Amino acid sequence: MINRECGVYQTTYEGDMALYPAPLARHASLGAVVVLVLLPLILDSHAMALVNLITLAAIGAIGLNILVGYTGQVSLGQGAFMMVGSYTAALVTLRLDMPFWVGLPAGGAVAALVGTFFGIPSLRIKGLYLAIATLAAQFIIEWTINHSTWISGGVQSTIYVPTPSFFGLEINSEHRRYYMVLPVAFIAYVAALNLVRSRVGRAFIAVRDRDVAAEIIGVDIFRYKLLAFAVSSFYAGVAGALWTYYLKIANYEHFTLTTSVSYLAMIIIGGLGSVLGSVFGAIFITLLPIALVYVVEGGAALLGFKYAAIADLLANLRLIVFGGLIILFLAIEPEGLYRMWGNVRRYFRLWPYSY
Amino acid sequence: MAFFFDLFVNGLMIGMMYALVALGFVLIYKATSVVNFAQGELVMFGGYVAAALITLYHLPLAIAIPVLLGTMVLLGFVLERVVLRPLVGQQVISVVMVTIGLASVLQGSAALVWGAQTKNIQLPIRLEPYIIWEIYISPVNIVAALVSAGFLVAFAWFFRKSRMGIAMRAVANDQQAAMGVGINVRFVFAVSWAIAGLAAALGGVLWGSMLGVDTQLALVGLKVFPAVILGGLDSVPGAIVGGLMIGGIESVAAGYVDPYVGGGTKDFLPYVLMILALMIRPYGFFGREIIERV
Repeated sequence: MINRECGVYQTTYEGDMALYPAPLARHASLGAVVVLVLLPLILDSHAMALVNLITLAAIGAIGLNILVGYTGQVSLGQGAFMMVGSYTAALVTLRLDMPFWVGLPAGGAVAALVGTFFGIPSLRIKGLYLAIATLAAQFIIEWTINHSTWISGGVQSTIYVPTPSFFGLEINSEHRRYYMVLPVAFIAYVAALNLVRSRVGRAFIAVRDRDVAAEIIGVDIFRYKLLAFAVSSFYAGVAGALWTYYLKIANYEHFTLTTSVSYLAMIIIGGLGSVLGSVFGAIFITLLPIALVYVVEGGAALLGFKYAAIADLLANLRLIVFGGLIILFLAIEPEGLYRMWGNVRRYFRLWPYSY
Repeated sequence: MAFFFDLFVNGLMIGMMYALVALGFVLIYKATSVVNFAQGELVMFGGYVAAALITLYHLPLAIAIPVLLGTMVLLGFVLERVVLRPLVGQQVISVVMVTIGLASVLQGSAALVWGAQTKNIQLPIRLEPYIIWEIYISPVNIVAALVSAGFLVAFAWFFRKSRMGIAMRAVANDQQAAMGVGINVRFVFAVSWAIAGLAAALGGVLWGSMLGVDTQLALVGLKVFPAVILGGLDSVPGAIVGGLMIGGIESVAAGYVDPYVGGGTKDFLPYVLMILALMIRPYGFFGREIIERV
């Protein structure tokens, strides 16, 4: 948020340790929350569907950023961990007849267990090798879920889930689903902000910056690496479980390697090591294909093409733009949208004096 | 027993082709320490170019193959210059991500230019299998294994004897020292991408003639990871041994296990082997042992 911290003096420890120490930042954040809560009043259900997709993506992206951006452990398995959460939630709902607010933490917990298991190789390997190991995790989990009928139900590995309800209130419209997704996202966001500035978060950052040095100053590297995997996959599991309740279906095709890659793209484009950046990335990557459709359809309409002629073009163009943007961001602004946002803020903070 | 040998021999032939793709991968890692997640897409691109030249424009093989190799070498040069060079010295995730982005771009543009339908590459090879000691061997596999073997031998010679090959080994060993003795490190980087393009071109023709060319061909690239990890990420003989091992093991396992689990063993077992290898011996059979405790 744009704020001026001039003249802010903290006289208590509580004041100093607040999430937003400057008053203007506090008011702006509160304002943002109010706007988010009131959003369904002004948007129609089509726009709300987009907002929901973004919110869902943001939860997974924040989780991945804790692992990749803060702890420095590259993971290509986010999609698989979401898959675990998704199927867990579906099974908990169907077999145990539990409501969605039990299925969410259950999905998170099971995903955290699986994630921790696949984080064990990080004891011995790091960097590139770890990226490849998590790639293996993606394929192994996908295969296991797909091939065990006890988990996936057999028929095309699809499980249908009844419409979730909250104390008798059916969550059956985009607007209502928003109020199912938003609180979870809010908790995820605030929890991540607090986690990364706590003792644990500082340990994560120490492991990322120089693992040997971190060990010397007394950070138990293995423990914190596994913890990072656990937290990150918990987020992924909750996000996957929310997908299940949102779409009323659990299907492995929503969580393939492509999903893992697009979550990585979110945090790269949004900004590694930034919670707000993960949200920016989620917005950007979710809206990108939709914006592309508008642009291409508009262009095609101008030139007089039919939609059928451009459908093929659109699918391929999406791949090219997606990959091209990743390359472009890495080459030009490796710190992502969060850095750009910071640049804008800095400009206005000093405005009208340039420095 | 004949069943076993049938599976095993055919697996080894496939493994030979894995080795070919793995070689391009290892080469890039060795010289530039970039793990190239786009190697499969390079193979796919090579396959598309080959299909376009041979099937679409009906060029004779004697012209089509050199044109294909030239195109892919050029592509390798361009990719190194445009995509990889800005990221020299960046952190691991950036380099991994940029090759993933590259993979996406290659996949989209190949399908955009040539269409997503599967294309055939007709090579003048007979279709009926040879039967040797009750083992069925399809001629395409033999040609593929021979081409792979030939390329690997040529490559071994290049690395040991040629001036450029020795320079590449020097860069792989120590970039700064190589610079110090006057080796143009950037040029070496470019050449290793060009050779990776060459390997991908051959891989594209061979895999494409077996499986047909479409975007699915890129999945070969993911299959190569277990092979290179098993053999050692920075070892050329390791790429060959790893490729052969993965090819042989997955073929035998698929033959025996698939009926019980309903298929897909080939997509599963190599990765389990890889995880085990990573836990027990992360540098593989022949890789350089980097002593670094985490």
